[in-house]
Amino acid sequence: MMKLKIYRPVIACVVLVVLLQVVLSVTGAIYYMTQVTMAAYYALVVIGLCLLMGYAGQISLGHAGFFAIGGYTSGALTTCNLFAYRDTSLVSWFRSAGLVLEWQDIYGADIVSFSPWVALVVALILTGLIAFLIGLPVIRLKGQYLAMATLGFGLIIYRVVLGVHVFGQADGISNVPPFRLMGGLEVNGRPHFRVQNYYIAWAVVIVAMVLAINLVNSRVGRALRSIHQSEEAAHSLGINTYRYKLATFVLSALFAAVGGVLLTHYNGSIGPSEVTVIKSIRYVTIVAVGGMANLWGVLLMGIILNFLSLRGVFGTYDDAVFGAILIAMMLFAPDGLLRMPQLRMLSSIVSRRSHG
Amino acid sequence: MANILLEARNLYRSFGGVHAVKDVSIQVPQGAIKAVIGPNGAGKTTLFNLIAGTILPHDGAVIFQGKAITAWKPHIIAGMGIARTFQTTKLFPHMTVLENVMVGRHSRTRSGFFAGMLNLPRTWRENRQVETEALAILEELDLISHAFETASNLPFGQQRLVEFARALATEPVLLLLDEPAAGLNVNETRELAKLILKMRDRGVTCLIVEHNMSLVMNISDDVVVLDQGQKIAEGSPQVIQKNPSVIRIYLGDNYA
Amino acid sequence: MNFPQIVQYCLSGITVGSIYAIVAVGFNIIYNTTGIINFAQGEFLIVGAMTAISLCRIVPLPVAIVLAVLVTTALGGLVEIVFIRRVSNASVLRLIVITIGISIIIREAMLHIWDEKVRSLPYFTGTAVSSVTVLGAYISPQVLWVLGVSSIIVTGLTLFFRFTLTGRAMRACADDRMAARLCGINDRWMVTLSFMLSAAIGALAGCVISPVTQTQYDMGAPLAIKGFTVAILGGLGNSMASVAAGLFLGLMEAFMMSQFEVAYKEAISIVILLLILMFRPSGIFTRREVSDLRTL
Repeated sequence: MMKLKIYRPVIACVVLVVLLQVVLSVTGAIYYMTQVTMAAYYALVVIGLCLLMGYAGQISLGHAGFFAIGGYTSGALTTCNLFAYRDTSLVSWFRSAGLVLEWQDIYGADIVSFSPWVALVVALILTGLIAFLIGLPVIRLKGQYLAMATLGFGLIIYRVVLGVHVFGQADGISNVPPFRLMGGLEVNGRPHFRVQNYYIAWAVVIVAMVLAINLVNSRVGRALRSIHQSEEAAHSLGINTYRYKLATFVLSALFAAVGGVLLTHYNGSIGPSEVTVIKSIRYVTIVAVGGMANLWGVLLMGIILNFLSLRGVFGTYDDAVFGAILIAMMLFAPDGLLRMPQLRMLSSIVSRRSHG
Repeated sequence: MANILLEARNLYRSFGGVHAVKDVSIQVPQGAIKAVIGPNGAGKTTLFNLIAGTILPHDGAVIFQGKAITAWKPHIIAGMGIARTFQTTKLFPHMTVLENVMVGRHSRTRSGFFAGMLNLPRTWRENRQVETEALAILEELDLISHAFETASNLPFGQQRLVEFARALATEPVLLLLDEPAAGLNVNETRELAKLILKMRDRGVTCLIVEHNMSLVMNISDDVVVLDQGQKIAEGSPQVIQKNPSVIRIYLGDNYA
Repeated sequence: MNFPQIVQYCLSGITVGSIYAIVAVGFNIIYNTTGIINFAQGEFLIVGAMTAISLCRIVPLPVAIVLAVLVTTALGGLVEIVFIRRVSNASVLRLIVITIGISIIIREAMLHIWDEKVRSLPYFTGTAVSSVTVLGAYISPQVLWVLGVSSIIVTGLTLFFRFTLTGRAMRACADDRMAARLCGINDRWMVTLSFMLSAAIGALAGCVISPVTQTQYDMGAPLAIKGFTVAILGGLGNSMASVAAGLFLGLMEAFMMSQFEVAYKEAISIVILLLILMFRPSGIFTRREVSDLRTL
């Protein structure tokens, strides 16, 4: 029998999600749902980053890059028009294998492009590969060097996205088709599908949380925490610290990529603004505020902060707010908002739940 | 004659011109309790680190169970059955005592990332088994009442014991204890001695670095004396006690 | 390419390179005294330039520059006192994150004070079209200013650290803070001083390069990254090597520009950064064991 109590917050979360949807629908503030849905997809990035920063103890200032690899790959594959080649042997094979979609865009032109499922798989493989190759030499580095290397990685992705024609350069990719899941559900930003997509996004997030919670409470999770708390001791107990750090790096990249893919299909577009250094720093800020190793805290902060940002609450001071929060967190509450001495009581409840 | 479990052959290691370990060779027979003593700066911990793989020797070899393990990575050496404790206790401060010991079972278990994330039945069974085994060790070392306390909250003597328990959880063949009695009072030292002897009865070989002479003299089969990186004497505790060179390095020329 | 063109590219490369070197020197000063990498280093250049640009409408150019340097120096000291000093015992990672946050705040403040327009200081001597001939190439006299000021900064700092009491005190702090304190050196003040010094040279560099490259509120971050690349290339903490590395990067960029599109000029420094971090994080010029830069 496993420790079921670690799943109690999951139930609470599901209840809250449903409650929120009902409240929003009833009060007619249904357009808030769009922002919450988007915030949920962004939350996938921070969940992965939480595993990397809070558990494996590694920093990444370039995670927006992985989000972008996911989103842009999917966007490019689902919008590249193979119509002109539809009769070549390769494309015909694609068609018979069900790998491509044939549709008409809003201008009525015939499009033959890869199906979003194919795009998702390709995006994940590509992200995993790149994360692995980048991580191989870089994970070895100590704190500030790792930070700089990941920052450099994020910048390169930004440059690539801005410079390469296929990725739409400064305009990004638009007219990205919806992602048809089974049974009539689709990831689609149109108002008609709002409630449906709200639940789809949250379903994905909850699955991600369950996977993360399972991992954290497993042998691997213990190993990661031990690496973070005393790498030398962990090493002496037979834990291959390098391999674990690398694997967590790749895993967190994959989480970010999934967020990127789904958000791109939801918004129908993706642009270079998703890959900026500021975006990467935001993700780090959210993990810091949420409590580094506190999965639920990070999710909560991710939703709240992203929602507020999307609503424009911070106005033109958006980046400044995140910068200020980051500094404040590091100065006054390095272990997260919920672990501040003043909130010790509250935090002990939350942290017991997330570690099980 | 018992077979040799661990052999260090002509090890050399220097740090920026200072010879920390100079041409040191020792043999540890299976089932023995061997102690390494010497004044501060003699190179004892360096020797340990060379054996455990934390630092690399500039010359020489380390042979374990007939295999050369020189320059192998620490985690692989640990996987072969060599466990160690540290001079300054290196517990995982924010994990519970139980979790600390459970990490000790890492090298004897297998579930990885996928199994962990999906929480398959065999994964949670393995997890439960690890927990049971860890609890058993805590029970044996009389730490069971602290199982769910955060490790860093324990008093010093108990923390050392937890590190011991964690090392035991790896089911070691060879136990490297780096100054296990440091900071322990007389009672705790006595309990430690009993514990080490119990381990030996179970077939665990022990190599101990220690300053506490009574502990060393009471439980070791064999003592190696290092001074300034070199081995100056080796033999049973009684012989060592009377060795003039040994007396000289501890007490000075007047007593030799 | 004919000879004058090569000279042109070389000089252009050296000009930009010497600015990167100054940024790297700024990094090194703070790193040497505290072990922190100050992500906000680039912002000091921009703050200095922007302040001078605003002031030179009211006062003569030299006065504006001096005042701008003073203001930026004060900012550097302020940053240290308000933020860094509080967390002097924190982990390196936390400090990095704080300096990142500081750089964001400074940049956003600049955006709101000065807006996103591109501005520049007037040329120190002559105008935008005046030129001087060097080895057959036509260059702006501002280039000579940049090279001159950079050389003075580097020489001045070398003399400062070697021959003045304060300079040696700072070096002592860098070597062993506790020992320095035991010698009666006020190490906390030394840390503040290192920030102020870095800010001062940053501001000066920002002013002198402004007519050539223009100044915009968000140019701080790319400068910081290039400065960091240069610092790492030369070996973190080694200012002489930074100068060499800075010139190297500047020349590389200039020649990249001559062969490829301008867009890829940015990429070259990032690629160099990644390559260095991946394969030789201790820098090209250091021979010490990499063990203190690598984890297990």
